[in-house]
Amino acid sequence: MLEIKELKATVEDKQILKGLNLSVKAGEVHAIMGPNGSGKSTLSQVLAGNGAYEVNGGSVDYQGKDLLELSIEERAREGIFLAFQYPVEIPGVSNLQFLRTAMNNIRQHRGENEISAAEFMKLAKEKIKQVNLDASFLKRGVNEGFSGGEKKRNEIMQMLMLEPSLAILDETDSGLDIDALRIVADGVNALRSPDKAVIMVTHYQRLLDYIVPDFVHVLAGGKIIKSGGKELALELEEKGYGWLGIDADDAK
Amino acid sequence: MSDSEKAVKDLIKREYEHGFVTDIESDTFEPGLNEDVIRRISEKKGEPEWMLAWRLKAYKAWLEMEEPEWAHVKFPKINFNEIAYYSAPKSKTDGPKSLDEVDPELLRTYEKLGIPLHERARLAGVAVDAVFDSVSVTTTFKEKLTEAGVIFCPMSEAVHKHPELIKKYIGSVVPQKDNYYAALNSAVFSDGSFVYIPKGVRCPLELSTYFRINEANTGQFERTLIVAEAGSHVSYLEGCTAPMRDENQLHAAVVELVVMDDAEIKYSTVQNWYPGDEEGKGGIYNFVTKRGACIGRNSKISWTQVETGSAITWKYPSCVLRGEGSVGEFYSVALTNNFQQADTGTKMIHLGKNTKSTIIAKGISAGKSDSSYRGLVRFGPGAENARNYTQCDSLLIGDKCGAHTFPYIESKNSSAVIEHEATTSKVSDDQLFLCQQRGIDAEHAVSMIVNGFCKEVFKELPMEFAVEATKLLEVSLEGSVG
Repeated sequence: MLEIKELKATVEDKQILKGLNLSVKAGEVHAIMGPNGSGKSTLSQVLAGNGAYEVNGGSVDYQGKDLLELSIEERAREGIFLAFQYPVEIPGVSNLQFLRTAMNNIRQHRGENEISAAEFMKLAKEKIKQVNLDASFLKRGVNEGFSGGEKKRNEIMQMLMLEPSLAILDETDSGLDIDALRIVADGVNALRSPDKAVIMVTHYQRLLDYIVPDFVHVLAGGKIIKSGGKELALELEEKGYGWLGIDADDAK
Repeated sequence: MSDSEKAVKDLIKREYEHGFVTDIESDTFEPGLNEDVIRRISEKKGEPEWMLAWRLKAYKAWLEMEEPEWAHVKFPKINFNEIAYYSAPKSKTDGPKSLDEVDPELLRTYEKLGIPLHERARLAGVAVDAVFDSVSVTTTFKEKLTEAGVIFCPMSEAVHKHPELIKKYIGSVVPQKDNYYAALNSAVFSDGSFVYIPKGVRCPLELSTYFRINEANTGQFERTLIVAEAGSHVSYLEGCTAPMRDENQLHAAVVELVVMDDAEIKYSTVQNWYPGDEEGKGGIYNFVTKRGACIGRNSKISWTQVETGSAITWKYPSCVLRGEGSVGEFYSVALTNNFQQADTGTKMIHLGKNTKSTIIAKGISAGKSDSSYRGLVRFGPGAENARNYTQCDSLLIGDKCGAHTFPYIESKNSSAVIEHEATTSKVSDDQLFLCQQRGIDAEHAVSMIVNGFCKEVFKELPMEFAVEATKLLEVSLEGSVG
């Protein structure tokens, strides 16, 4: 589904990704771990197409397409979803209006009809319940006045509505209490299916107790320096990053 | 170039929708302003002597006055002798007429503007007075309104048919000498609408005046007067457009509202005068004085304005809250793009006990434009327990535009309560990125964000016009992204 080769990227003229390789197949869940400043978030942003990041090397193939050639919205319409680390507020634009516009844009791209208002409402109510938010959140402005945990759950709700092929979670677990973490994990697990893939960028092993990954990668100094199965995460938890020859300075 | 970039580029090329010129023979005065011109305007309208005397008094006052320079706008000095003060489509008979007699070319013009004048057409629940340059073309639904006792007619007709009402109220809220442009208007006003709602009547239709400037080098100076007797209610809407021309054109209107006990006037404006081109060439100078007097107890005036057009807007719809318990409201969205400038806001003058006012002003600046909110809240000595709530929000799109807030507060009564909130925000790259990441293109995302920002004001507009306003905002913002 996703084939990243020797990917290099800069932000504000600083080289962050220095030749990253990653291969993700449909049905797989990959966890990307690593110390602060290793390039984890950069990877998520680059895959989603954030213009603040400049790609200066390598290639990304997504379902047979050159991902780097696609605009942000085209990537989204092709099924890439990014759950943001810090979701922004859009005051006055209701969650409903926002999601319905998004959904219809994606459907139109696929050559499907617009979703009817009734059908959409039914779906939205079902999904908001799934992330344990009150239905009143649908009518509120996008993330407007939401707590940190509510914002993250709202991201997962959007993900469940839009049913992406490739979901990228950028530290979605940070700042969540254990109950919220469980809700988020349930949401992601609900999305898991043979034709979808998930990339989880995370700092902590604890998320992986709830969403069990097929692969764990360690990102440091802009490259993936070690890959393994879910047991690698436990090893990292136990030993830290030091045994891999990374120290904080390297990471930066 | 990606598809979305291309879409943005295509949109930029789209022009001001209402910029066409109606090819019609007109009777236009030579440019220039003097006493004789005023006499000729009055003569054209067949006005009684008292009306002419009133105009001349205003003209004499105007000659002594100075142009105001305190507004946060810049433009070259206007040469008032280069403007023509009267222009009317040539017609066989004078005065307003039935629809059958109206020049089909004019009907087509209004059709094109989306204001069909046939009563069965789209705006079936709205009575329209159509003002073209200096004259009213027609007023619809006259019979239905007459049945209810409502007077809705062109100002020039009201001077003849209802002289006692005009004499009593004209200049009663905005005196001739009120300000430079109001004085000019009082001297040369050509047409406009007069509305009278008798005691206890709830006007059965929305009333609307549609102003169109067509002729080149002509100014439009209309005057609107609305009187709501005790216990009555009316909702009135005005719309405005003009052709695209390289020269600036002056529009200096006066609107006066008079509201008695328990009566209410809801006055909405969707202003879409030609704003000038992308380089700032041409466009309308919109210098307007709008004021309402809440004379009666528990009377209410609500101004709602959506200002997207004009090269320069200078406009402060105000309320004088004289009656005990009277209420003034001001809801405003002012959008500027390219080189537009807007200095707009309101005045809430609290004189009576327990008077209340609310101000919600939303300014949106894009391109290289500059937008200012200027508002005065004044509490007189008699304004016991009066309250005001003001909220001014500015939204910036891009980094070459400006937003300013000039709030003035004066209180001569210690029991008055004032709340003031102000915010400035930007359409951030993060907001756009979020929208785009969900599959929504940038242009659509910006209009969605802006509409969200304006929501509190749009909900005050009559339904049909809320839809119009949303669309208008989208058109006005085209090209502000990317």
